[in-house]
Amino acid sequence: MSSGWKGLRNFVFHRKREMPDGLWMKCDSCGNLVYKKVVEEKLQVCPECNFHFSLGIQERLELLIDENGIIEELWPDIESTDPLNFKAVAAYRDKITEAKSQTGLKEAVVVVRGKIEGIEVILGITDSRFIMGSMGSVVGEKIARAVEKAMELKLPLIIVSGSGGGARMYEGSLSLMQMAKTSAALARFDKAGGFYISVLTNPTMAGVMASFAALGDIIIAEPKALIGFTGPRVIAQTIGQELPPGFQTSEFLLEHGLIDRIIDRQHLKGELALLLRYFKR
Amino acid sequence: MEDTNHGLDFEAPITALERKIAELESFSAIAEVDLSEEIKKLRTRAERLKTEIYKNLSPWQRVLLARHPLRPPVQYFINLAFTDFVELYGDRCFRDDRAILSGPAKIDGQEVMLIATRKGKTTRERLAYNFGSPHPEGYRKALLKMQLAAKFGLPIISLINTPGAYPGIGAEERGQAHIIAKSIFEMSQLRVPIICIVVGEGGSGGALAIGVGDRFAILENAYFSVISPEGCAAILWKNSSKAPDAAKALKLTSKDLKELGIVDEVIPEPVGGAHRDYKTTAENMKQYILKCLAELRQIPMDTLIQQRYEKYRKIGKFVENNNPASK
Repeated sequence: MSSGWKGLRNFVFHRKREMPDGLWMKCDSCGNLVYKKVVEEKLQVCPECNFHFSLGIQERLELLIDENGIIEELWPDIESTDPLNFKAVAAYRDKITEAKSQTGLKEAVVVVRGKIEGIEVILGITDSRFIMGSMGSVVGEKIARAVEKAMELKLPLIIVSGSGGGARMYEGSLSLMQMAKTSAALARFDKAGGFYISVLTNPTMAGVMASFAALGDIIIAEPKALIGFTGPRVIAQTIGQELPPGFQTSEFLLEHGLIDRIIDRQHLKGELALLLRYFKR
Repeated sequence: MEDTNHGLDFEAPITALERKIAELESFSAIAEVDLSEEIKKLRTRAERLKTEIYKNLSPWQRVLLARHPLRPPVQYFINLAFTDFVELYGDRCFRDDRAILSGPAKIDGQEVMLIATRKGKTTRERLAYNFGSPHPEGYRKALLKMQLAAKFGLPIISLINTPGAYPGIGAEERGQAHIIAKSIFEMSQLRVPIICIVVGEGGSGGALAIGVGDRFAILENAYFSVISPEGCAAILWKNSSKAPDAAKALKLTSKDLKELGIVDEVIPEPVGGAHRDYKTTAENMKQYILKCLAELRQIPMDTLIQQRYEKYRKIGKFVENNNPASK
């Protein structure tokens, strides 16, 4: 089971934002041209506006888990099928193949048992680049297993969510029901006294936000992440007016009392460790 | 001329025949001529036509039926299948969301807690009920009433007919995603039997928010989907007029859902759809509820909660180490 970590080292990263000369990139949020090296030094954060670019799973693991702190990658070999034989303009099968080759991942979620400042945790991470980080059967199954594993081993659970897609359409109601599956697992974990920190990254929307991502004992967000239920475009269309500036950002959610804290990426690991020490069993 | 088909073209031959029958009936009454033979023949033809047409409906046509403006509003179901309903309002926090209806009622003398989304029948009602799309306060209200039910051992009956949770600024400000998650989370552990029935539209997370329980059924011409066919078409086809294709791809009909193991049972509708016969539809639904109540009451509470967990835990299809698995 632990062989997965070696595989993780070989992830391929494609940075869409890369400018032709490779030295500069344009920030999605403020639109400024920023020096790529500086962004990298700042852990993929815009030096101009503090927008936090999406991190891949590999980078996220390096950010959060201690050096040599991965004990095992859990269930690395669960993969999606095409249960509905879904064909739109593109077929679901092709979508999966494409996502796999683009990210080097087998699915949108990776679960590890590992250490954060020496504290053992179950950590799940979804990657927003794998079919928009959407939840189909595999993501639902691995999240549910992660919760059950944390319960069995009496370990704290951390899930870092990045999903613009919510429940994955290509698997129809099977995806929708993963909301119930993951939430039900968390309800049992909660009853058993488990501690769960949900970390929201850009973007976390729809079926993911309306299930496991919103159910943390503590809910953390990275700055300026897009977080909500319905996508902003759909809302604007429905109500026929422009949305207020900053709508559905981490800061908006904090202001409305929907999350507990916003943490800059550079402090994320330290603060998580601190919280893990406060709420231990 | 009034559109008696409500935009459902496939119903045109049926409604034409039904109109003809009605004309003959009123004519025979006024003119005092016996046309019963003629009428009987037409009735048989109409029945045959209905059976024929309804047997072969496309998924998109089923979606249109689920949204049919004459589809029985939930209040009719309540009047026909339940007695002594006492509506309880309010979320004790922000406002009363009329898209959700809740309160205790009796079914065949048995006390239950009713939770339902409602769309309304008249334009005025539809506006007041926000076309069946709840805000967070609606889900909070439902959850409060369900927790009240659990406290006193009343089984919960949830009747679902919603295009989805409302997509608006206020809904987001007040935590639409959070309350849906919370509701699902709590329902999975509520210590009373829960029976959920999709009676019209089962729109995504907004339907699931009051749709977690021990039995999950759907009326024959209702649908349950991760996204509306229009929404899916807009995203995947970049063209919302491809909704019929999306409806097919999403496998959202009652028959598909039964095959996928998502619903436990498909409750039959009268031939020609629920909108033609409220009474039979309500009766079928009632019989299903009574059957489930009898079954679920036999199960010890801890076992019931465990079985409910397993019911959701096993949903999903994937391969592991290249072996097909559905758990």
